[in-house]
Amino acid sequence: MKISKMMGWSSALCLSAMSLVAQETNQVEQLKLQIKQLQENFEKQQQIQRQQLEALTRQVETLQRQTAAPAPAGTNAAVVGKLDDWQTRSWRLGDPLRIGNQRSYMDIGLIGTFAVGGSTANDLGSLQSGGHDPSRGGFNMQSLELALSGNVDQLFRANAHLLFPSRSGSVETEGAYLETLSLPGGLQLRAGQFLTEFGRQNAQHPHAWNFVDSSLVNQRMFGGDNMRGLGARVSWLVPTPFYSELFLSVQNNEGETMHSFRNELESGETLFGRSLSFTSSPKSLNQLAYTPRYAVSFDLTDTQTMLLGVSAALGNNSSGADTQSRIYGGDLTWKWKPADHAGGYPFVQWQTEGIFRDYEAGAASGLSAETLKDYGIYSQISYGFTKGWIAGLRWDYVDRTGLATSLGGSNNYDDAERAGRWRLAPNLTWSPSEFSKVRLQYNHDERRGLGTDHTVWLQFEFSLGAHGKHKF
Amino acid sequence: MKLKSLAAIVALFAFTLLVQAKLTVVATTADLGSIAREIGGDRVEITTLAKPTEDPHFVDPKPSFIIKLNRADALLEGGAELEIGWLTPLLEGARNRKLALGQPGRVICSKGVEMLEVPTVLDRAQGDIHAAGNPHYLTDPANAKIVASNIAAAFAQLDAGSTDFFQANLKRFITQLDTKLAEWQKALAPYQGRRIVAYHNSWPYFAKRFGVKVDLFLEPKPGIPPSPAHLAGVIAKMKADKIGVVFVEPQLSRRTAENVARNTGAAVVEVSHFPGGVKGTEAGYLALMDHIVNSLAKALAAQK
Repeated sequence: MKISKMMGWSSALCLSAMSLVAQETNQVEQLKLQIKQLQENFEKQQQIQRQQLEALTRQVETLQRQTAAPAPAGTNAAVVGKLDDWQTRSWRLGDPLRIGNQRSYMDIGLIGTFAVGGSTANDLGSLQSGGHDPSRGGFNMQSLELALSGNVDQLFRANAHLLFPSRSGSVETEGAYLETLSLPGGLQLRAGQFLTEFGRQNAQHPHAWNFVDSSLVNQRMFGGDNMRGLGARVSWLVPTPFYSELFLSVQNNEGETMHSFRNELESGETLFGRSLSFTSSPKSLNQLAYTPRYAVSFDLTDTQTMLLGVSAALGNNSSGADTQSRIYGGDLTWKWKPADHAGGYPFVQWQTEGIFRDYEAGAASGLSAETLKDYGIYSQISYGFTKGWIAGLRWDYVDRTGLATSLGGSNNYDDAERAGRWRLAPNLTWSPSEFSKVRLQYNHDERRGLGTDHTVWLQFEFSLGAHGKHKF
Repeated sequence: MKLKSLAAIVALFAFTLLVQAKLTVVATTADLGSIAREIGGDRVEITTLAKPTEDPHFVDPKPSFIIKLNRADALLEGGAELEIGWLTPLLEGARNRKLALGQPGRVICSKGVEMLEVPTVLDRAQGDIHAAGNPHYLTDPANAKIVASNIAAAFAQLDAGSTDFFQANLKRFITQLDTKLAEWQKALAPYQGRRIVAYHNSWPYFAKRFGVKVDLFLEPKPGIPPSPAHLAGVIAKMKADKIGVVFVEPQLSRRTAENVARNTGAAVVEVSHFPGGVKGTEAGYLALMDHIVNSLAKALAAQK
């Protein structure tokens, strides 16, 4: 119907145009020309129609295919792309957000971690003393982490983790550092602000934890916010047949994130009975904390991997003129993943870490100089029993050796920073995808002198954008 | 005398070094590794990171892999984000200049491959979708030719002295592949348009090449575990459309696939993307494709 109408119109137009010319030339010639043009016109139209018909048929076929079998949502089976242009082409939807040109791009990720819960303890802030632990009844924002990373140029890569914490309200630079891409001799250099490479837990960001809260021994030795600071780290892949790596971090040893070193307290606060108001500036070498670490790893079998490490952190502390802190630790991680796992499940991971500390405390009002010895251990196991589900159990234990002399010899009251306590924390994590998780955890706490407490947390977490890839 | 024997030892050592001057190559997955073996022969030493039976999206970044990458002359990667979750931290730890992007030692095997299912919109609500398109492109043997050419070109660049050797191997491999491809197409020719159920959407390249349809999945969305309701829907569709074959891969819940098969009377065909993923396919890529095509043809023939 439509076709014949169109044909009619076009022939009418042609005819009227032709008739004007016809008067001046041979009529036969003219008519022949007319016929020829009409013919051409007709054929052209026919060709267009045929093409349209073919296109429509193809479309119908595609649609039929799709209704019979929908392509995975969000993809288009017909869209075909070549991969060889990915380094040179411009940004398009779905690429990581890149700032600047291809030589200076950056991946952006945002991770939010929240928890809601309640406890029998009325001093929840000291029961859960980690800086990113949930620490009040009701809702908590444990952290909102902005992660930025990318290659700076042909030599360096940079990383920044900015944390918006729940307690102080200010932005926390958990890390911001430059790292070499490929130095010869298996070396790697890092400089800037970073979490100290000590053991397993200390260098982990809150969202990488397998539990709602950080371990008690790490809190006691390194403070609520992990040990971190400005400095440099060199690491060396030792040329052994198995994996073995040597790290040495050298960082400024002052500030509240240097808990056991030249810690700075607010006026009125004390640590080990001392106000730590000592401010004289020591020799420059004494302003640094030194953290060596050696880690080795073996594949025990095709499905089992073991990672062992020893670490030390050494430096001056702020309780006296030349008083030192020495922290030593050992850690073990064992992981099993079968050869036919799907989506990373099932798996079993066991991680345990023991740390002890010698803290040379200087003389202070009513307190003589002494060496405070503390230690602690945690052991945790995670069992991913089916895709997206992980059951975990952690046991924490911390204590001091010797008397709590730091409180002027009064032994019937224990320093909360050193008193023995333990925690048993079973949990269950549901991870619908790699980008979200919901976790339920129960903490059974026993504190010497304070008794038993029960706490329940429900944690939820999201991850947007570029996802920080986790190491082993 | 002493000096002489020392010199002899040094010479012997240098000689063994020269003889053993093989390219040390790391392949992320076993399919790439097996094609590289065809091309490199005894002039390359190939290590594969992911086990052929494991889910290639979620390989554990073991520290031992860092050592392998640190000492490698070349890395063969799929290049379509299949290994995105675990390769990056390993490479950061490996600090190997030869494997930096753009270096001849960093071989992006998918170069030149026509990718299917490139998403127009990237939305994680749609499951685990790869921005570069479906990464399982080696299920189409025609793409294996592209990969083999990429590998041969890379090897030639790294070991110019062996260019002719690699080229000859490439030619031989492509000839074998062409012959085999014709056989495989003939074997599946009677089953054009037949439908197959798979656990994960990893067969679009295979389906396109051989004219079958792999368009019903046990996973509701890529990477999302099947729910009972979704499986019930799949079973109903299989019965309604008389779909009689379910692909099962070693790492993807065999039990789920078997349950579905039992409920529908369908046959379970054990397949893999990786040589060695299914017993009897250890010999390499051609053996693997032989297995997939033959066992599928057998199952389809039995279905009627």
